[in-house]
Amino acid sequence: MHELPQQLANGLALGALYGLIAIGYTMVYGIVQLINFAHGEIFMIGGFGALTTYLMLPSGTTLLVAIPLMIIGGAIASVTVATAAERFAYRPLRGAPRLAPLITAIGLSIVLQQLVWGFYPDAKKPLSFPEFGGDSFHLLDNLYLQRADAFILVLAPLCMLALGMFVSKSRSGRAMQATAQDPDTAKLMGINTNRIIVMAFAIGAAFAAVAAVAYGLDKGQIGWEMGFLLGLKAFTAAVLGGIGNIYGAMVGGVVLGLAEALSIAYIEEIPGMQQLGGGAWANVWAFVLLIVVLLVRPQGLLGERVTDRA
Amino acid sequence: MTALLEVEDLRVAYGKIEAVKGISFSVEAGQVVTLIGTNGAGKTTTLRTLSGLLKPSGGRITFDGKPLGNVPAHKIVALGLAHSPEGRHIFPRLTIAENLQLGAFLRTDKAGIEKDIQRAYDLFPILGERRKQAAGTLSGGEQQMLAMGRALMSQPKLLMLDEPSMGLSPIMMQKIMETIVELKAAGTTILLVEQNAQAALSLADQGHVMEVGKIVLSGPGSDLLHDESVRKAYLGED
Ligand SMILES: Nc1ncnc2c1ncn2[C@@H]1O[C@H](COP(=O)(O)OP(=O)(O)OP(=O)(O)O)[C@@H](O)[C@H]1O
Ligand SMILES: [Mg+2]
Repeated sequence: MHELPQQLANGLALGALYGLIAIGYTMVYGIVQLINFAHGEIFMIGGFGALTTYLMLPSGTTLLVAIPLMIIGGAIASVTVATAAERFAYRPLRGAPRLAPLITAIGLSIVLQQLVWGFYPDAKKPLSFPEFGGDSFHLLDNLYLQRADAFILVLAPLCMLALGMFVSKSRSGRAMQATAQDPDTAKLMGINTNRIIVMAFAIGAAFAAVAAVAYGLDKGQIGWEMGFLLGLKAFTAAVLGGIGNIYGAMVGGVVLGLAEALSIAYIEEIPGMQQLGGGAWANVWAFVLLIVVLLVRPQGLLGERVTDRA
Repeated sequence: MTALLEVEDLRVAYGKIEAVKGISFSVEAGQVVTLIGTNGAGKTTTLRTLSGLLKPSGGRITFDGKPLGNVPAHKIVALGLAHSPEGRHIFPRLTIAENLQLGAFLRTDKAGIEKDIQRAYDLFPILGERRKQAAGTLSGGEQQMLAMGRALMSQPKLLMLDEPSMGLSPIMMQKIMETIVELKAAGTTILLVEQNAQAALSLADQGHVMEVGKIVLSGPGSDLLHDESVRKAYLGED
């Protein structure tokens, strides 16, 4: 028998992970209407940057000290790659038919996977990542929260809050909103829209690095292919929440995470659906949810209708 | 005396198609100059080129003594050239106050910005009443006021207005035209593109008539207003 509170906690933690990655898809889409399919690999590179940083620390460094440094190291790696991709792969294609940057993104995603696979020492197999020692937090009778889950459940809302403040209150954030709504007119205001676009890529990449550290701490390992399925799920979350909307990314992530956790636990208990439950089917249910939501609300949960953006 | 804006033999092309085919005109400080002409004459193309959104394929633009041709769009407003674009293009999901603040994006004098926002509210009281409302919810005429107010927020040396009366009711149109007269009286230099030739020529110091990418007629506004060919072609008389 699965306990509901436990399933909700698992789903929330998974959803927070999706949400953090989904921010990268949604920010870039919101500003340049590009689906950056390589974002899953940006997440993966964040993980490898974090691991590299960890391996450079003197042995015996406690996780409490190591984790912030790993996030910084991971973010340096992911932001560097993401902004380079923007500058050298996507920017030259701005104004080209939409298919061109999309195919570039898919190609870039494969190239990044292969580069890590081929050149990172021993990366042809999964690499072990530091894990939290210590017990889970025992919150309720039947509710345990693993340390890695607690980590992301604290960090994701903090990141969201910071991003929300930045976008709505800061001068650059205001410029970002203006650029998303009307890029030519933003230029007339004196906004350097190229810089704003780079900023969107960079923020998305930094969030992906945070997610990658959380992922590594949870699984105890990372690998060159880790960005593929998670990237797809996070993209699903972004669309589910309403692509272009930063809060939508988090809401979409949480809804998707909860749906997966609940489907794993409960679908097999529905009479006649025993074969359709469990972990193997969770991805299928995630995409079924996406399709159902998009049938009812094509713009996603928090998205605006396209006519509003004119 | 050199003019504030000097356009010489300007050419602009979309791909192979030349939309502006070598036009020359100038705007002196304190003047209101208007470009009128039929649909597709190249008026909007001219303004978008002046503000850097399009690159000229030939000719020279000199603004306040500096060549403009290759200055990127986001650096033009800093030189003192503001553009209220055709179709208004307010930021629909930002509030009226935020739209006005964006007009002052490059300014750092907080107190001055606040004062100018207040001035915009004095000029267009409806904007003040709705300051916290999303700009996309405003009516067309109100959006036009916001677009003009926003352009003024940069304290421009030259204000470019592209068809401010487009799609407005006669009352709204009159209000906008009165505002232009007010701005002119206050010494604002304006380059005005209009389909409403009657209104534009009656308040302009200089007018230029554009047809398929060329200036075909130029002169003081009042002269053009009484020019027979202009009256026939643009003021619907025969
Ligand atoms: N983005 C574009 N791509 C290709 N051609 C364009 C583009 N924009 C305008 N044109 C063409 O350039 C010519 C001039 O257009 P422009 O918009 O400058 O005219 P206008 O004088 O402002 O007209 P209106 O009074 O209708 O606003 C037209 O023939 C138009 O079809
Ligand atoms: Mg026009």
